[in-house]
Amino acid sequence: MPLYAAITYTADVDWTAPEQADEMAEYGAFSAGAAAVLRGGAALYPTSTATTIRLSEKGGDVVTSDGPYVETKEVLTGFFLLECADLDEAISRAAEIPAAWNGAVEVRPVIPMG
Amino acid sequence: MTAGSSADPADIHRALVALVRTSGRDVLATLTRWTGDLALAEDAVQDATLVALQTWPRDGVPDNPVAWLRLTARRRAVDLLRREIARRPKEVAAVDRPELTDDLGEEWDDVSPSVVDDDLLRLVFTCCHPSLELDAQVALALRTLCGLTVAEVARALLVAEPAMAKRLVRTRQKIAAARIPYRVPPDHELPARWAGALATVHLMLNEGHTATSGDDLVRQGLVDEAIRLARLLHRLQPDDPGAMGLLALGLLSDSRRDTRTGPDGVILLADQDRDRWNRAHITEAVSLLAEALRRTPTTPDRYVVQAAIAACHALAPTWEDTDWSAVVSWYDTLVGIDPSPVVRLNRAVAIGERDGADAGLRELEAVAGLDGYALRHAARAALLRRVGRDDEAAEADAIASMLPMSDPQRRLVSPDPAARPANG
Repeated sequence: MPLYAAITYTADVDWTAPEQADEMAEYGAFSAGAAAVLRGGAALYPTSTATTIRLSEKGGDVVTSDGPYVETKEVLTGFFLLECADLDEAISRAAEIPAAWNGAVEVRPVIPMG
Repeated sequence: MTAGSSADPADIHRALVALVRTSGRDVLATLTRWTGDLALAEDAVQDATLVALQTWPRDGVPDNPVAWLRLTARRRAVDLLRREIARRPKEVAAVDRPELTDDLGEEWDDVSPSVVDDDLLRLVFTCCHPSLELDAQVALALRTLCGLTVAEVARALLVAEPAMAKRLVRTRQKIAAARIPYRVPPDHELPARWAGALATVHLMLNEGHTATSGDDLVRQGLVDEAIRLARLLHRLQPDDPGAMGLLALGLLSDSRRDTRTGPDGVILLADQDRDRWNRAHITEAVSLLAEALRRTPTTPDRYVVQAAIAACHALAPTWEDTDWSAVVSWYDTLVGIDPSPVVRLNRAVAIGERDGADAGLRELEAVAGLDGYALRHAARAALLRRVGRDDEAAEADAIASMLPMSDPQRRLVSPDPAARPANG
C-alpha cells in the first residue's frame, strides 16, 4: 500500500518543554489510535535549533546560516509516515493529528525507493 | 455498415469522432474501474482511437464500433499495465492490479447499463475530489466526462492550449501519485463531497445543452447522461433539495430538446413551438421543484432556483405571457447565491423583457467581465437593435461571431433584425 507523509505545520514549539505535556499526550493518543497505519515519524526541535546549509555548487564551500530555510508563522514541526489504501484514508487519518486543528497538516504521497 | 475499400476518409473520421463523443466516456469509466488508474485508462482510449485512424480506412468501420472500441482500449490497457509493471519496483507493481489476461470474459463484452452508471458516478466523484483545485476539477470533468478535446477545454475555459495541456497532465499525475480514489464516497463523507458532485453534473448538463464548440448546439448523449447521473445522485440522497433541483433543471432544459433547433440553426425560446415541449418531463420536474422549494424556504439552493426560472418558462403559454416579474425575482435570488457575470447577464435580459430594452441594456452594460463570452455580445446586439441603435448592434454581432460558440449559435448571430435575446 502507498505511504503518505503527513507533515505538520504549527506555531514554533519546543515539544520537550513541560508546558507541551498536554499536547504531547494528544499526539500520543493519535499515535496509539493510528498504530495500524503508522510506519514512522518524528517531532522536531524548534526552529531556533535549526541550521540551514547551502553550497554554491556540488563540492563547493558549505555556507551555513542559523534558523530555518524559510521564516513563516507556521513552521515545519514534525511528520508522520502513514500507510493507507488511498488519499481519502490518508486524509481521514491525518485529520486526527492535533496539528490539524492547531495549525495544518500537509499530506503528500511518498515515492517508493528501491 | 462495413465500408470496405471505398471508404471516404472524411466519413471515417466523422464516424470515429462521433463514436468517441458518445461512447468514449463509458469505455473510459469502465476501464478506470478495471485498472484503478484514470491516466492509464485515458491513454488506452486515446491509443485505441489512433488504431482506428490507421485500420478503419483500410478495413472499413467495424459492424459494432462501440464493442470494437471497448475491446481495443482494453487490450491496449493490458499492454500499458504490463509495461508499467515491468518498470516499477516489485512491491509497488503487485498491488491492486487486475488479472492481466487476454481472455476477455463475458463481463467485459457485455457491460450492463447499471454497471456503466456506477462507473460514471465514480468518475464524477474522482473529477470533483476536493484535493484538486477548482479549475483542475472543471477541466478534468470537461475532458473525461464531457469528452472535449484539450483544445476545446482550453477554449471553453479561456486558457491557452499549451497551458491547459500542462494543467491536465499535472492533474492526472496528482490523481495517480496521491492515489485519489475512484469510488462513490461512503455515506459519512458524502456531505463534504456533495456540492462538487452536483457542480460536475451541472457542468455536463450545461455543456450538453449548449455545446461550447462544434457542429451541434445540443449534444444529446451528454444531456441524457447528465440527467441519468442527476437521477443517480437524487437516489443516493433522496432528501437533498440540490439533487432534486438539478434533476428538475435537467428535465426542464431537455423538455425543449425537439424545438431548440431547426433547419436554419437555433430557434430562440421566444419562437419555439411550445406544444412540442415534453409535458412528461415538465410535470416530473415541477413536482420535484415543489418538493425542493418546500425544503428550502429560507435557504435558497442554486439548482432549485435555476429550475424555478426554467419552470417559469416551461409553464408560460407564450413568450409574451411569461411572468417576467417572477423570472426577474428568481434571478435576484440567484444573484444572491451566485453573483457571477453570466447570471447577471441573464438577469439583465429578463429585465429587458419586464421593463423594456433600455432598462435591460442599462443592466447589461453594468455587467463586467464577459468580454470573451459570445452570448453577452449577442444579447447586447439584440437589445441595441430593439432601441434602434443598429450600427452598434452590428458591431456587437461582429464581436460575438469571433468568439467561441457552437456552429448553430454562430449562424444565429447574424444581422437579422428579428433576432431576439438568446436566453433559451
